[in-house]
Amino acid sequence: MFPRPIETQPRATQITYQSLIPVALLLWLAPLIAVAIFSIKPDTDFTSGNYWGWPAEFEGFANYGKVFFESDMPRYLMNSVLITVPTVIGAVALSAMTGFALGVYKFRGNLWIFFMFVAGNFVPFQILMVPVRDLTLDLGLYNTKTGLVLFHIAFQTGFCTLFMRNFIRALPFELIEAARVEGVAEWRIFWFIVLPLMKPAIAALSVLVFTFIWNDYFWAVVLTQGAESQPVTAGITSFNAQYRAAYHLMSAGSIVAALPPVAMFFLMQRHFIAGLTLGAVK
Amino acid sequence: MTTATLPDTHADEGGPGWIRRNRMTLAPLLFLLPGAIFFIAYVILPILQSFQISFFRWDGLGEPEFVGLANYQELSTDRAFEVSLWNNLKWLVLYLLAIPGGLFIALFLNQTVAGIRIYKSLFFFPFVISQVVVGLVFTWFYDPTFGLLNTLLEGIGISPINVLGDPTLATYGVIIAGLWPQIAYCMILYLTGLNAVDPEQIEAARLDGAKGLRMLWHVILPQLRPATFIAFVVTIIGALRSFDLISIMTNGGPFGSTRVLSFYMFEKALSEYGFRMGYGAAIAVVLFLIMLVFIAYFLWSMWRQERGH
Repeated sequence: MFPRPIETQPRATQITYQSLIPVALLLWLAPLIAVAIFSIKPDTDFTSGNYWGWPAEFEGFANYGKVFFESDMPRYLMNSVLITVPTVIGAVALSAMTGFALGVYKFRGNLWIFFMFVAGNFVPFQILMVPVRDLTLDLGLYNTKTGLVLFHIAFQTGFCTLFMRNFIRALPFELIEAARVEGVAEWRIFWFIVLPLMKPAIAALSVLVFTFIWNDYFWAVVLTQGAESQPVTAGITSFNAQYRAAYHLMSAGSIVAALPPVAMFFLMQRHFIAGLTLGAVK
Repeated sequence: MTTATLPDTHADEGGPGWIRRNRMTLAPLLFLLPGAIFFIAYVILPILQSFQISFFRWDGLGEPEFVGLANYQELSTDRAFEVSLWNNLKWLVLYLLAIPGGLFIALFLNQTVAGIRIYKSLFFFPFVISQVVVGLVFTWFYDPTFGLLNTLLEGIGISPINVLGDPTLATYGVIIAGLWPQIAYCMILYLTGLNAVDPEQIEAARLDGAKGLRMLWHVILPQLRPATFIAFVVTIIGALRSFDLISIMTNGGPFGSTRVLSFYMFEKALSEYGFRMGYGAAIAVVLFLIMLVFIAYFLWSMWRQERGH
C-alpha cells in the first residue's frame, strides 16, 4: 500500500492524521457548508448584517417550506424527473443493443462505428447547438420535455455505447459460442444470456446518466424556456431572480436542486464509482 | 440485381432460410440501427451542418445568405474572440492542476483508518452537485460584502477583494470554482488506481530503500498511468466545455473578461440583440477544431490499446 499505512507509524502521527482529516474535509466543503448554514437562517439575519453569526432563530422548516409550497420549484423538480428518467431508460436500452452489436460481432467497420460513438461523445456542445435547436424547432418540440429527452438520449448513447461495448468484451465469449452451437437465435442470446450478465453495467450507467442529465444546464437553456418544461438547473436562475437578495431562500433552493443526484450517489455509490472509474485500472 | 443471375442462391430470398443464413450480418445491423440513427441524426449530422452554417449569414428565421469566409474573416479581427481564445488557454492549463490536486488528496486519503470510506465519499461530493449550484455556491463564497472568503481575509487583516468584479481576477475565480469538482473526480480515479497498485512491487522497492517522492515517481506513478490518462481526457474535455459556471457566476463579464469560446458562441448565436447563427457556428467550428486535436489523440491511444488486445 502506498503511502505507508498509518497504523505502522508512531502513535503521535496516527493521532495527527486522524484529527487532520475532519479539518481538511471542513475546509474542502466550506463553500457548501456556508450555503447550508444560510439556508436555515431567518431573513432578519441578512437585513441586520448577521451573516456569519449564530442564526437568530432556526428557520429551516420555514425556508424549505417556502421553496416547496410557494415557488415554482416543485414544477422544475418534476420536469427534471420527467426529463431524466426517460433519458436514462432510452440511452441504456439503445446502448445495450449497440454495445452488444459492437462487442459480440466481427464485421468490417466495427471499430470505425465504435470510434464514431466515442468521438461524438467528446465534441463540444456548441458545434451541435444551432442544428439541434433547428431540428427540434422543425419537429415542433422546442420548449418541450420530449425535445430535450430525444437529444439527451442520442448524445448519451455515445458514452453508454463505449461503456457497454467494453463491458461486453470482458464477458466470457464461450457462453455465446455455446448458445450458437445449440442454435439459439441471436436476439435470444442478447435477451436471455448477455443482458442478465450486464446488470452491473446497466446499474452503473443508470446512475451516471441520471446525474449527468439532472445536472445539465446548457441544453436546458438552449431547448426550453418556461416553467412548463425547464428542468431545475435552469429553473433555479428564475427562482433566484424571483427571490433576489433573499439569500436564505436562494440557498435552500440550491440545496433542493442539488439533492437528488447526491441522494442517488450515496444510495448507489459502488455502481457510480465503478462507472466513473471504468478504465482507470488495467 | 446481379444476384438475379445466380438462381440457386436466390431461391429462398426473403424466406426464413435467407434470414438464417445471413443472421450474422443482419443481427448486428438490427442491433446497431436504432442507436446509430439517433446518434447520426443528433450528433454526427449537426457537426457537418454547423460547418455549412458557418459560411452563411443567418438570423435563424429568414433565408440564410451565403457569405463565404466572411464570418471567419470577422473572427480574425474580433477582440472578444481573441479574449475568449486566451481564456480557453488559461482554462486548459490551469484546469490540468486538477490532476496533481486529485492525486494529492487521493494519497492523503489512501489509508484504512475508521470511517475513511465516509470521508472519501464526502471529499467526492462536489463532483455530484450540478455546476449551476457549484457556481452559485462560489459566487456567494466570493461575495465582497458577506462572502466567506472576504470574511476570512478580514479576520487576518486583509482588505476585501471583489474577485468576480475584477476583470483581471474574474476568470481565475471561475476556474477555481471549476477545479473544485474536477479535483474530486481526479481524486476518485486515483483512489481506484491506488487500490490496484501491486503491493509486491512496493515492498520490493521499499527493500531497495525507495520511499516518499522517489517511490511515488518511479514505482507508483507508472502503475497509475491508466488513471492518469483518463484524468487527462476528462479534464481537457471539461476545460473546453466550461460554460455553466461562466454563465452563472459572471455571465461573461465584467466587460467580457471571462468569456470563453463556448460561452461567446452561445452569446452570439442566441443573443438578445438578434441571432447570429452563422457567426456563432464559425466560433463553434474553431472550438471543435481545437477539440479535434485532443479527440484524435484519444482515439489514437485507444486504437493502440485495441490492437494490443
